Amino acid sequence: MHHSVGSSGMRKTGARVALADMVESLRSIRVALVFGWQDVAQRYRRSRIGAFWLTLNTAIFIAAIGLIFGTLFRAPAGEFLLYLGVSIIVWNFLSTTIAEGCTTFIASEGIILQVRMPLFIHIIRTLWRNVIILGHNIVIFPVVLFLVGDFLDWKALLAVPGLLLLILNLAWLTLVCALICTRFRDMTQVFTNFLQVMFYLTPVMWMTRTLPERVPSLVYEVNPFYHLLQLVRMPLLGEYPDGISWIVALGVAVVGWTWAIIFFGKYRWRVAYWL
Amino acid sequence: MTSIQLQNVSVEFPIYNSPSRSLKNRVLSVATGGKIERKSDRLVVVSGLRDVTLTIREGERIGLVGHNGSGKTTLLRVLSGIYIPTHGEVSIEGHCISLINISLGIDPDATGYENIRLRGVMMGMSPREIAEKMDEIAAFSGLGDFLDVPFRTYSSGMQLRLAFATSTAVRPEILIMDEWLSTGDEEFKGRANQRMAELVDATKILVLASHSRQLLAANCNRVIWLEYGRIKMDGAPDEVLSAYFGC
Repeated sequence: MHHSVGSSGMRKTGARVALADMVESLRSIRVALVFGWQDVAQRYRRSRIGAFWLTLNTAIFIAAIGLIFGTLFRAPAGEFLLYLGVSIIVWNFLSTTIAEGCTTFIASEGIILQVRMPLFIHIIRTLWRNVIILGHNIVIFPVVLFLVGDFLDWKALLAVPGLLLLILNLAWLTLVCALICTRFRDMTQVFTNFLQVMFYLTPVMWMTRTLPERVPSLVYEVNPFYHLLQLVRMPLLGEYPDGISWIVALGVAVVGWTWAIIFFGKYRWRVAYWL
Repeated sequence: MTSIQLQNVSVEFPIYNSPSRSLKNRVLSVATGGKIERKSDRLVVVSGLRDVTLTIREGERIGLVGHNGSGKTTLLRVLSGIYIPTHGEVSIEGHCISLINISLGIDPDATGYENIRLRGVMMGMSPREIAEKMDEIAAFSGLGDFLDVPFRTYSSGMQLRLAFATSTAVRPEILIMDEWLSTGDEEFKGRANQRMAELVDATKILVLASHSRQLLAANCNRVIWLEYGRIKMDGAPDEVLSAYFGC
């Protein structure tokens, strides 16, 4: 990480500042990976199952909700449990990443004020930590699959590009949330509430086909979170995601990244002052 | 060529009193007419540095003096590229390390060896560099078998030894320090001072903020006196130091 070599005539703002920060972050990505890993490793220090506690929590939640809502919606128990399991795992990844994204710069204050490092490194650290935790939680999936007596087919592989597209979107979302929440501290609460509402508004616990007929399908179709979720969820449930989901996810990524780069370029230099 | 240049640099800190810091209050104040809120919503700005122009060339050992709140820490942060000044230009040529908090990156629950690695990564050392220096750092720390047990079980003196041994293993072109690093019992202190001298000798530019006249006189060939965010005096150590310390 031999950064900060030759930075004469440093620019303060602009998209180039944002891009330079990101390129530098990728060049020294090892720092983000080591400390993201360290964040998870800490949970193992004095606990034998460490981060699997989170998995256990998730599993219990899925089992409880599966039992309650399965009965309530009169959905076929096995099918609903599988649907719910995958949905909750992916949604937890999405919402925890955004929620932790809000406090990324605030939590790294000590580093930001003492070591000159590209700021996007801290975003990568948050993303990587959550990917590792997703790796823990995903073990619930084969267990549920086994319990239900279902099998995976080749379509499940499509979940990989779906996940990558999801992460790509989470990266810009996390960056923007981190910037806003560092400047306006109580926005963290606003985003947390927003995610809570989205959890119910997005078909995570409920299936689109159980929606009463008088409710237009627009309520979930205009929701980008629904499409991001679909891209990972559908392949794992043995179905192809709709083309529209790919288009929405890609579109949101392009628009979101463009905006995030402009936004980051404009305010990057202020972050140290806000801390 | 290692160098640092500041051209008319000013640093201003916005003080967000809690009403302006929270967006919710800003919205609420509009909803409630906002007269009272607006009065306290004024943005207060505190100047950290004012119109500082400075060139530091290779080989210079800069000492920084000034009373509390004179802008020393702010200037150190500008020189390390952490604060981008509100006005003016900065150009930093060279790989810069600031040894301000030497324990940054350390995880109390990890072992000594793991912490040497973590601290190394935090300072931007490559895996190969860390591997090469591992034995030397371990030996210098003098912690022996303790390096295999968690950091939190160390006494505070041992913790500092490890942080010191690792932090001083870097070889940056520009070294920035807030107070001299010195630690440990008499035996360790002697070795530590020698190691600091080696580190300083190996760097091309040193910037050291300190309140110790003796230290500054011994290590610097140029001293800058800051007052109210401006450079009050800049010159040879004995000249500036006697003016600052008043004899």
